[in-house]
Amino acid sequence: MVLLQRPHILLLLIGTHQFLQCWIAFGSVNEEGQKQEEFSEELLLKPLPDHKLLAHFHFQSSGPPSTSNGCHHHLFPKAISQLVQKFRIKEMELSFTKGRWNYESWGGFDPLSSSNAKPPGVELWAVFDVPQHHIDASWKNLTHTLSGLFCASINFLESTATYSTPEWSFPPASGNVRYGTLPCEAVCTENLTPWLKLLPCRDKAGIALLLDRPSLYRGFYHSQQLHLTSTGSSSEGIDSGIILEQTLTVVLQPNSEMAIEVHASEKHIQPSWSLSSIFGKQVSGRCVLAKPSSVYLLLDRGLSAANGLTSENFWSNPSFELSANPDRIFLEESSSHSKSLSILYMFQVEKYCESEPFDIGLMWKVPVAWLCQQTPLHASRFLMGSGNERAAIAISLKSTQFTEGFMSANSKDGSCELRVDVFQVVPWYVKVYFHSLRVFVDQQPRAVSDIIEKIHVSPSKDKMSPGVMEVVLKLPCRVNTAALTIEFDKGFLRIDEYLPDANQGFDIPSAIISFPNFHASMVFLEDDSLNKSPLLSKFQEKCPVMSYTEVLLVPLTTPDFSMPYNVITITCTVFALYFGSLLNVLQRRVAEEERFLKAKAAKKTGRLPLLLSKLSAKLRGSGINQN
Amino acid sequence: MEKLKKKIGSFSFWNWVIASIIFRLILIYFPKNLNLSSRPEVSTPLTSFRRLAEGYWLKQSSMSSYAGSMYHGSPLLLSLLGPLTVKRIEGQPNHLLYSLVSVIADVVSAMLIRATGQNLRLAYLRSLESLDLVKQIDVSEFLFSGDIAALIYLCNPFTIVACVGLSTSPIENMAVILCLYGACSRLIPLAAFGWVIATHLSLYPAILIIPVIFLLGCGPDSPPRKLFLQRHQQKEVLNQSKLPPGFSWGPIIHFAFWAFLWSVYVLVLCGISLKQFGGLWEMFKSTYGFILTVEDLSPNIGVLWYFFAEVFEFFRNFFLIVFHVNILFMILPLAIRLRHRPCYLAFVYVAICSMLKSYPSVGDSALYLGLLGWFVNELADMQFSLFLFCGYVGVSLLSPVMHNLWIWRGTGNANFYFTTAMVYACLQIVLVVEGISAVLNHDRKLRILITGKPQDAKS
Repeated sequence: MVLLQRPHILLLLIGTHQFLQCWIAFGSVNEEGQKQEEFSEELLLKPLPDHKLLAHFHFQSSGPPSTSNGCHHHLFPKAISQLVQKFRIKEMELSFTKGRWNYESWGGFDPLSSSNAKPPGVELWAVFDVPQHHIDASWKNLTHTLSGLFCASINFLESTATYSTPEWSFPPASGNVRYGTLPCEAVCTENLTPWLKLLPCRDKAGIALLLDRPSLYRGFYHSQQLHLTSTGSSSEGIDSGIILEQTLTVVLQPNSEMAIEVHASEKHIQPSWSLSSIFGKQVSGRCVLAKPSSVYLLLDRGLSAANGLTSENFWSNPSFELSANPDRIFLEESSSHSKSLSILYMFQVEKYCESEPFDIGLMWKVPVAWLCQQTPLHASRFLMGSGNERAAIAISLKSTQFTEGFMSANSKDGSCELRVDVFQVVPWYVKVYFHSLRVFVDQQPRAVSDIIEKIHVSPSKDKMSPGVMEVVLKLPCRVNTAALTIEFDKGFLRIDEYLPDANQGFDIPSAIISFPNFHASMVFLEDDSLNKSPLLSKFQEKCPVMSYTEVLLVPLTTPDFSMPYNVITITCTVFALYFGSLLNVLQRRVAEEERFLKAKAAKKTGRLPLLLSKLSAKLRGSGINQN
Repeated sequence: MEKLKKKIGSFSFWNWVIASIIFRLILIYFPKNLNLSSRPEVSTPLTSFRRLAEGYWLKQSSMSSYAGSMYHGSPLLLSLLGPLTVKRIEGQPNHLLYSLVSVIADVVSAMLIRATGQNLRLAYLRSLESLDLVKQIDVSEFLFSGDIAALIYLCNPFTIVACVGLSTSPIENMAVILCLYGACSRLIPLAAFGWVIATHLSLYPAILIIPVIFLLGCGPDSPPRKLFLQRHQQKEVLNQSKLPPGFSWGPIIHFAFWAFLWSVYVLVLCGISLKQFGGLWEMFKSTYGFILTVEDLSPNIGVLWYFFAEVFEFFRNFFLIVFHVNILFMILPLAIRLRHRPCYLAFVYVAICSMLKSYPSVGDSALYLGLLGWFVNELADMQFSLFLFCGYVGVSLLSPVMHNLWIWRGTGNANFYFTTAMVYACLQIVLVVEGISAVLNHDRKLRILITGKPQDAKS
């Protein structure tokens, strides 16, 4: 085994020392027509309306199907390819998230938010390419493997009580999908380090250099994802190509010192920022293994409209100033929905080197206010009721400014309907009464069958499986508010089933609200260069609009944890009391009966008992004498 | 004079019955039934109305009603009562029809209790007559135990709460009473039907087969057979007609046949309704299995929930066996000692079951308290009766308070509530033990009256 590995280690050594030559060699292979492993690094920056900045790191490695290299890889992380081959994963997504995506101010309709807004904690879903009865075993092994790879407690998703099988309401729906979340998982730098290890340059070069831990974890939202797609025919197992997307989305508050200096009186002005002021670092050149290595600045539709940016004047805009000149500018293809267009400034990191590091800054000159594109309905979820016995979950949907536009666009035909899918998983100790499902439209109770087009329920089994509810709602377009309520009883657990901090409560994972009739995509003009950028080509894909609701914290009643011995002894005492006193009553004889029995016994006794009784009487007598 | 007294008695009896029905209806018309249907004292996982509705909903959406761990009742109950959980009449309370069914079940049970009580009383008077004790015991002071038992059952707050709280225990109780009534009035098919249904609904009434066999074999409660023999030895005339009949196997074989027939019938019906979803095994697993393994640990008035919430996992099976065997161990000694009083034996079994069962509710207590009324004459000398009465009142007032403090206010903790459950269990133990000793003493008193040895009367 060691001998076998040695040549590979040698190869790696050569690879690290003389990567430039290697890379040229790959390039030459590439020209021959065989697909090679590729790696790209991209960073997208987007100012958000509430004075914050979104930074989206996107690293993509692809390992094409190749028989020439066997199971060896040049760029692609070996751990991941082994994982895919071992468990026959078709698609998988793992996300570690801290904080909550603010759908109202950060938007929910663009591809960035619908694919990167994730529920707090860990979310894992995977589609397997194995027969139905092997899926659960594969899932268990996968959770353990991932838990080892990412230093997280993903292995808690192993038990059947924690993961579920969505039938159709979860967007990557197909029969073999498994879905599990750990809402209370703490995400920290120990999860980031193994994630960075999968990158060829780690965080030593290229854009990943910006990943400065203190500034990342200071942010309002932090989501670190790993998305795996295996391409091609994977029936032979080894031959499948894999695309690994690693994204990190952070929402940060830029230091507004610069803004204060300039416009101390103006509060509404957006804070100016630069890469070095946000991350405390600059990009000193690209990761040499990365093919496209670029930074984008995205001004979304609302912002460009507020700035008065049109296709003519976006080069010279009076409202803000960029500290570096963009290499290219992309305009969004005009869509029917809105008149204004998103604008994308592209900066190529390749041009910069250590002596001249890349740093981009944005300086606002005049205050601007805009709104991000929102989901058709804004979803939120809350608990109703008090006490620790029973409560109700309510999912409320409120119309946003988008729905108004949509309604006016579709108002010609009278029967306009808005389809909403709700996917809700509840742990087994939240005992949901599905018959208590109520629907309210514009605060009026409505018959469930009018609004709910399709419902699929798999009720929870104690300690066995969680409850899953998938609902398709057909709402009228003019709806202002809609609400779903469902009652539940709070379960009572054994003392060893409570978490260490039992009084904190238990989490109900986020519900997923998706709008299957809407697709978020951003198509930019000048397609030829876009094909090279995985990030932008991902933006072009039609991804379903979905949003996650809040995680609910359900306080459950606790027994007294210090009492097991007392409870056991006292209860057993009561049982002994019952048994003893009842038996005593049943066999007790009153004096007359006793005498009768004695007389009977005396008649019947033979010599031996008589002797014995005499002996005992004598012994007793002598004992008394001695005393 | 006697007739007049009886007339007055029966007149006030019907008054009380009507008053109790009206009281129930008033409570039903309160908004949301005073939230009684979610009280832990009323609805256990087995008898809860909401779980029944959930089971019916699952059934209606073409799923097994045992999918998930919500419903643990019988599929027959679901077919009969399920439609009533969703039926609504405009302007009336939500579950009016279902509540009316419970009220009717209560009234029917009370009438059956009354008939059985009268039966028992007649049998008792007859046996006294044959012992020639009529002169020594003032028969005119004898209370109408049937009326009393029926009124205790109807006016007991526990029964009312169980009825208004929409639990299924009125129906389970009715099945038990039907079984006893059938056995007392020698309607063997009815007795077998009651026994099969009661066992099917809540498993524990299965042990009632022993009192039913005694009832069918030797007739209703009477003083021990030995007394009759003694009496006749004294008289030196063996009058066969005055002796109580010996044990006869005929009715028992008859009963076994009918019980078999009814259980096959019930199982076939269950099998039909569960054909698509796992069949009978699924039903046994989630009804009897659920009862025996105490999976649900939500608080109730019993002691097992807290015990199994606290006990260590590796002792769980051991204690499950110990607690269930506690019921079984007592069957034989009780049957031997009380074999001449099968109805009283049935009462003791019911009381023990409702004390030690995995999910007890006040509905179970209501049943044995009602049956207790049959034996007012025998239990006249019972000790601690005032203490027991105060204890019951105190526990039924304190238990909701402690539950409220623990669950709703969060100021108390589980131990407070559990303490009331312990006290309640102790009270029931005292009731059973004292009741048995009172009946045994009553028999002793009769013997003393016959043999005429007043010096031992006190002991």
